[in-house]
Amino acid sequence: MTPQDARRTVADALIEIVPDADVDAFPASAPLREELELDSLDFLTFVELLSSRARVRIDEMDYPRLATLDSSVAFLVEQTA
Amino acid sequence: MADFTMPSLGADMDEGTLLEWLVHPGDVVRKGDVLAVVDTSKSAVEVESFHTGVVGPLLVEPGTTVPVGTVLATITEAGAAPPEAPVPEPVAAAPKPKRARSRGTSGPRRLRPLPAAATEQVRSPSSGATRRGWAWTSATCGTGPGRTITRDDVRRDSHPRPRVSPYARRLAAELGVDLEAVRPADGEVVRAEDVRAHAGGPTAAPAPTAPPTAPAAAPPATTPQDAMRAAIAATMTRSKREVPHYYLTNTVDLSTALAWMHDRNRDLPVQERLVPAALVLHAVARAAAATPALNGFFVDGAFRPGDGVHVGVAISLRGGGLVAPAILDADALTVEETMARLKDLVLRTRAGRLRSRELSDPTITVTNLGDQGVESVYGVIHAPQVALVGVGKVVERPWAADGMVGARPVTTMTLSADHRVTDGFTGARFLALVDDHLQHPEEP
Amino acid sequence: MTAKARSKATSSAKGPLVETTYRDALREALREALREDDRVFLMGEDVGSYGGCFAVSLGLLEEFGPERVRDTPLSESAFVGAGIGAAIQGMRPIVEVMTVNFSMLALDQIVNNAAALLHMSGGQYPVPLVIRMTTGAGRQLAAQHSHSLEGWYAHVPGIRIVAPATLEDARGMLATALSDPDPVLLFEHGSLYTMKGTLRADAGAVDLDRAAVRRPGTDVTLIAYGGMLARTLEAAEALDAEGMSAEVVDLRTLRPLDDATIVGSVRNTHRAVVVDEGWRSGSLSAEIVARIQEQAFYDLDAPVERVCSAEVPMPYAHQLEAAALPQVASIVAAALRTKG
Repeated sequence: MTPQDARRTVADALIEIVPDADVDAFPASAPLREELELDSLDFLTFVELLSSRARVRIDEMDYPRLATLDSSVAFLVEQTA
Repeated sequence: MADFTMPSLGADMDEGTLLEWLVHPGDVVRKGDVLAVVDTSKSAVEVESFHTGVVGPLLVEPGTTVPVGTVLATITEAGAAPPEAPVPEPVAAAPKPKRARSRGTSGPRRLRPLPAAATEQVRSPSSGATRRGWAWTSATCGTGPGRTITRDDVRRDSHPRPRVSPYARRLAAELGVDLEAVRPADGEVVRAEDVRAHAGGPTAAPAPTAPPTAPAAAPPATTPQDAMRAAIAATMTRSKREVPHYYLTNTVDLSTALAWMHDRNRDLPVQERLVPAALVLHAVARAAAATPALNGFFVDGAFRPGDGVHVGVAISLRGGGLVAPAILDADALTVEETMARLKDLVLRTRAGRLRSRELSDPTITVTNLGDQGVESVYGVIHAPQVALVGVGKVVERPWAADGMVGARPVTTMTLSADHRVTDGFTGARFLALVDDHLQHPEEP
Repeated sequence: MTAKARSKATSSAKGPLVETTYRDALREALREALREDDRVFLMGEDVGSYGGCFAVSLGLLEEFGPERVRDTPLSESAFVGAGIGAAIQGMRPIVEVMTVNFSMLALDQIVNNAAALLHMSGGQYPVPLVIRMTTGAGRQLAAQHSHSLEGWYAHVPGIRIVAPATLEDARGMLATALSDPDPVLLFEHGSLYTMKGTLRADAGAVDLDRAAVRRPGTDVTLIAYGGMLARTLEAAEALDAEGMSAEVVDLRTLRPLDDATIVGSVRNTHRAVVVDEGWRSGSLSAEIVARIQEQAFYDLDAPVERVCSAEVPMPYAHQLEAAALPQVASIVAAALRTKG
C-alpha cells in the first residue's frame, strides 16, 4: 500500500465516522481521538474499517499506533509492505 | 380493527412528524413490524405495529406534524372483515360539507384528510367523511364565505383541546398553576387533584413563566438541534424540580475485567471486539435485575417496576444533543451480545433510525463520559426513571490490595437515584453488586 | 302565608320514639288532619269501605263517617275536578288517586285547572287542594302500574310536588300541604308503605321547601328522592368501602327545587350523581343536572352522572324489572366514574 493509498484509506474511514470532518485540512500529527471526539466505539469502527480495507490484522496492542493521521498511515504502509 | 397511532416516545413528547410510510394500504403486517418513521424533536424513530393484520388507509401524509395519540392508520386484524370498500386516495375524494356543495362554491374548500383527533369524535355512522377518516364533524362551524367549512375550520376543530375539569381550571387560576404543565393522573382529564398535586410539588410557589414540560409553549425552535435542546431542557428541568436525587460513588478496580477483556479480544475478530463500556453495561444490567427498586418508574405518586431490564445508553450526537435509547432485556445478554447490541444501537442512533420501544422503554440509564476524559459523572435522572449510573474514564491509580500498593486501572461509578423510591442503603447495595460483577467478568 | 312560614323544623319533635311504618305514619297524618280541621275531607277510589287500595285510610271511614271519607266512582277526571271545586269553595279536600298512571285521566283537571285557576282568575280563586298518589316500580306491577311520572308534574308551574321518603316526612308533609293555599301533589312510592322505623310520638308538620342532607360526605353528592333514597344511602355506604365519601341529598320537594341545598353540596364535593327512577330523557334528573351546570359549573371536577330507569315500559319479570331500575351497584359505579 502506497502512502497515498494509505492516507486515502485513513481519510475515508474518518469521514465515514465523522461525516462533517475536514480531513484534508486536518493537522496530520494531531491526536485523532481528541480532535475528532471519537469515543471508544467510534475508534473501534475506525480500526474495523482500516483492518478490512487494508486487509491487515490490528490487535489491541497496535491501537497506540493509530493515534494520529500520520502514524496511522505509517502503520498501514508498514503492515501491508 | 386497531388504530396505529402517533406514539409517545418520552414524557416530554406531545407531538411528532410523520416522515415516511414504510407500508401501503392493503399490506399485511405483523406485530413488531416497522410501519412508519416518525420524527420526534430528538430523532427519527421507526414505529412498530402492536397488531397483526391488514393496513387500512394511511390517514396522515408524510411531513405532517400531529399530536401524540392521533390515528395514523388502522389495521384490520386477521380474520376480521376488511374495510367495506377500497379506500380512495384521501385527497382525491375530498367530500365537501353540504352547505358548500349546494352553493356550488369554488376556492379552497376542499377538505383534505387531516391528522385529526376529531375523527374519533365523529359518531354518525352514515358520514362518508368519517368512514374515510376525514375530520369533519357536524359540530364544525364554518368561517368561510357563506359559512362554508374551510380547511382551517377543520384543522382548528381537530386540534385536541386539553381536557380540564372546570373546577381544576378554577383551582389552577387560584393557585397560579400553569395547566399546560399539569399531567392528568388518569392520562385523560386534568382534575382538581392533579392541579393540587402539581401545586403541592417542591416548586409550587412561583409558577414558572415558561412551563418546562411544554416545550411547545417556549419560543418556537428554529432547527432540529434547537428543538432537541428544548426537549432536553424540559426533561432535565422537570427531573431536577420534581425528583429528589441522592448520589453515591464507588471507585471500581477494573484490572480483572480489563485483563479478561484483552484476553477475549485477542481471539475475537475486530468487528466483535469488546470495549469496557460493554462490560460496565453488562454489570449494571445484572445489578439492576437484582435491585428491582432501582429499575422502573415513578408514576402517579408511586413506584412501578419495569417489565424487564432495559438499560438506556446515553449517546451523544454529532452536532450536539443526546439520546438515551435502550438495550432491551439487557440482563439476559452475555457480554458479547451486549457489545453487539451496543454497537448496533449507537450506529442506528447516529443514523437516526431508532425503534419506538427503544426510546420509550428504558428502565434505568447509564451515561458514560469516560471517553471525554472526566473521572466521574453526577447525572440527572431521566424521569420517570428512578436511577441513572454515571461512568467516568478508566485511569491508572495507586491501589492498595492485600497490604500492597500497585497501579491499577480504575473507574469511578456514580449512582443518581430517586429518594422517593429508594434510600442510600439500596443504592449502596446496587453499586456493590456492579463492582462484584466487574470482578467476575467471566460469569455469563 | 307560605308553607315555609307555617312549617315546623323537622327536628322539633321531642317525644318518645315509637315503632311505626310509612303507611301508619301517612294514616296518622290523615287522622290528625281530619280531626283538627272540619274543612278537611278525603275522597277517592276505595278509600272508604275498602280502606284504600294500599290500606292507608283503613279505619278512617269508621272513625270519621261517610261525609268525610268518601268513595268515588272510577273517574279520576270527575273526582279531581270535584276536589278543585270544593277547594275553591273553601274546603280542604284530600284527593287520593290510586296510582300515578291513573292520574293521566285527571291531567286536564290538574294542569289546566288546578295549577292555573289562581292565575286565570286574577288571584280570586286559590285552589288549596292536596292530591295523594302512589308512584314507582319495584313490585312487579309491570308497565300498567309502575310509572314514575312525578317529574312531569314538576314541570308545571302553579303546583307544588313533594315526595316523602322518610317516616318523618310521611307523617309531617300532609299538614303543611293542607296549609298551602295552592295545589300540592304528594307522591308516595309504592315500595315504601311497609318501611318500618321509629318516629317521635309527637312528630308533626315539616317544611316543604328544603331538600335535606341525609348523610354528610366530602367526595361526591348523590341526589335522590322518594323510593330511590334508601338504595342511594346504601350505595353511599358501599362507596365508603371504596374510599369515597358520599353526601346524600334527599330532594323532598320536586317543585320548587331547593337549588341552594343541591348546589351547596356540589360546591363542597365537586362531583354529583343524580338518581331518578324516572326515564332519563326530558326528566327531572336532566333539570337538576342543568341547574348544577348553571350554578356550579366552575366547581365541577367531573361531568355530572345520572342513574335513571331504562327507557322501556317497565317489564313484569322480576329480573328484568330489577335490571331496568337504578340499583345500588349502578349508583356506586356512576359515583366512581366521577372520580376519573
